[in-house]
Amino acid sequence: MSNNINTPKEGDMGSKVKGFLVTNIVPIVFSVVCLIGVYYSGSSIPIILMDVVSRFNRNAILVLSLIIPILSGMGLNFGIVLGAMSGQIALFMVTVMKMSGLPGVLLAMLLSIPFAIVFGYFTGRLLNKTKGQEMITGMILGFFANGLYQLLFLYVLGGIIKIDAPNLMIGSGVGVRATIDLAPMKYALDRFTIMNISTEVDIFTAMMVFGAVFALFYGVRLFVKKETELALKAKLGLSIIAIAVGAVCVNMESLRQWRALVKVPLLSYSLILLVCLLIPAILRTKLGQDLRAVGQNMGVSSVAGIHVDRTRIVAICISTVLAAIGQIIFLQNMGNISTYNAHENVGMFSAAAILIGGATVSKATVGQALLGTLLFHLLFNVSPMAGKNLFGSAEIGEYFRVFIAYGIIAVALALYAWKQTMQAKAQLEQD
Amino acid sequence: MSNVKTILKNIGAARLIIILFLFSLIIAAAGVGQSMSVLASDSLVRFGMNLVLTLAMVPAVMSGTGMNFGLPVGILCGILGGLTSIELGGTGMGGLVLAIAVALPISAVAGYLYGRLLNMVKGSEMMIGTYVGYSMVSIMCIGWLLMPFKNPSMVWPIAGRGLRTTISMDSSFGSVLDKLWAFQIGGLTVPTGLILFSLFMCLLVYLFTKSKTGIAMAASGDNPRFAEASGISVNRSRIIGTMLSTMLAAVGIVVYAQSFGFMQLYQAPLNMAFAPVAAALLGGASTSKIKISHVIIGTILFQSLLTIALPVANVLMPEGNLSEVIRLIVSNGIILFALTQAGGGRE
Repeated sequence: MSNNINTPKEGDMGSKVKGFLVTNIVPIVFSVVCLIGVYYSGSSIPIILMDVVSRFNRNAILVLSLIIPILSGMGLNFGIVLGAMSGQIALFMVTVMKMSGLPGVLLAMLLSIPFAIVFGYFTGRLLNKTKGQEMITGMILGFFANGLYQLLFLYVLGGIIKIDAPNLMIGSGVGVRATIDLAPMKYALDRFTIMNISTEVDIFTAMMVFGAVFALFYGVRLFVKKETELALKAKLGLSIIAIAVGAVCVNMESLRQWRALVKVPLLSYSLILLVCLLIPAILRTKLGQDLRAVGQNMGVSSVAGIHVDRTRIVAICISTVLAAIGQIIFLQNMGNISTYNAHENVGMFSAAAILIGGATVSKATVGQALLGTLLFHLLFNVSPMAGKNLFGSAEIGEYFRVFIAYGIIAVALALYAWKQTMQAKAQLEQD
Repeated sequence: MSNVKTILKNIGAARLIIILFLFSLIIAAAGVGQSMSVLASDSLVRFGMNLVLTLAMVPAVMSGTGMNFGLPVGILCGILGGLTSIELGGTGMGGLVLAIAVALPISAVAGYLYGRLLNMVKGSEMMIGTYVGYSMVSIMCIGWLLMPFKNPSMVWPIAGRGLRTTISMDSSFGSVLDKLWAFQIGGLTVPTGLILFSLFMCLLVYLFTKSKTGIAMAASGDNPRFAEASGISVNRSRIIGTMLSTMLAAVGIVVYAQSFGFMQLYQAPLNMAFAPVAAALLGGASTSKIKISHVIIGTILFQSLLTIALPVANVLMPEGNLSEVIRLIVSNGIILFALTQAGGGRE
């Protein structure tokens, strides 16, 4: 694969810095763009942060769901749209059952999994028939599935399957309304209260809580398991600094606005953390090794006795299931489902986010996914206001962020394809 | 009996299903009391207005870049040409000619650059084309807001700047081709000018494919290595193919808009590539083989299907937008099917 081209050479500090810059050029550029956007948006930092914290919460798992197919050599899985649809079908079922609160959300997640696995299986089968063109197939499949989904929600539900929920259906009883109200489940995960203590806390308390979790995690590795990496010590140090900063700020009078505005839902973020840990864990198993081997070279993997097609199907299934859960988290935070549109841009926005984080079509990490989600949604938040202040039109900012989403995907795909052509050419000249 | 089998094989399973579907729709339309002559007239108009856009697939596929999913690149150039013509006060046939005359050089340059890009990314043209098209549409959204067009029929009346989302062409060159030599038989209106113009474009492309450059282009699409060995520059052929495709898209959208009666800006061109791709595939083309006849048959089938589905769907399911759903399923289903045929499960 082509990814070792940019690794920094061992040597003096200058070349190391240069290597770092080259490897991380995309996130660096976007950080700068975001900072300019933040500056010109004229909003105060806590207000931006408030929005970004909740957008991050809504989108992180959807973006994370792209990692495994990327590492399996299938590129950006635009088929996660089908996962989002599974999530919406499950949420619809739960709403019909009149479930509410956290049990409703959890049941929806549980119900979405079989749908996602079935859809993922068929997606995988299809992608196995179109090797080399997985991304366009996934994208067209998303459109095609959207047609079937609309057919299901417009005509089959109520028309063929009788549904006794007049508040959800169009007057005639055939077809689901354009918006499904999720009020009974809104914030069920985000604002879960346990013994009258809300798990949604201000940002500084959240820093202390997650700082403590990480400190414990690294501390155990450092002192109990006696690992002695320098990076580990640094991470422990950072965790302790996070706790300290949180503890200092949580009582500062001047930061009262921050505490009032920026709320972090601990439970949802814990779930995101769990997925972040789950993905590397999957990759460390035998299955994960197979996935990466298939991603490196299908031919060699096949000779080595790996069931290439089956492994690819599993990768897509995992991705689809994660996307289904991600979409449920997204929608419980929104508080309603826009029945016919909510899933449409999931694939595109998630793909743009992970690429902005520095991932490529063949390489992605959890860190890149998280950083990308953060930067992409920061950009999404500030660009209308920045557009208004810079060009006198908020619309320009809105179109600009859409352009960024499409443009980053186009550039990333083109760069990747170009590198591959160059490699093929070099290979040809060597032979 | 074996004749029947070969005919069936030539038609292909996917196309047979669509043809049967079309027939059942026609019967259903008659059943719900739709006037056949109105449906036929509508089908004719839609055939004419979409033919050139579908035709744009021919040079792209022939030169080996696959279906041109980057069609919006050309479409945007065509819209720019149309807007310039309206801005300069072009009306009637002169307005149409001016629109095309402005659009062609712009689309030639855009097509050249796009072709250069496609040469760098051989093997992933379709995916990259899609996103290049999307990016161009969204950057042009900003363009439509900022461009210094002044004609009051095009800019937002209150703000005084920024182009409207849809621009009526009644006062410029709306339906000039449709009305040219149009005649009626019974209830059937034949938009002679429109159909003749579109078929004339087909003839031009056909003549081009028989020219020396055209044959070289087809050869490099068929077998790049062999073409290279015979002294044909494959990259040059691909650029020519992409340029032609982009230019046809520009002409195609002008023809489409004059018939539709409106220029649609902003997000409208975003997914305009998919219907022509689906139509060409439905007509019998694949991502590596295409003939003009595929384009004509495909456009007739695809557009008649959509035209006839609409009233039937409205009677069967008054609420919701069933014909849009059918369009989504049919067009994307055809593209998916074609992709599986091309891929073949290589390892």
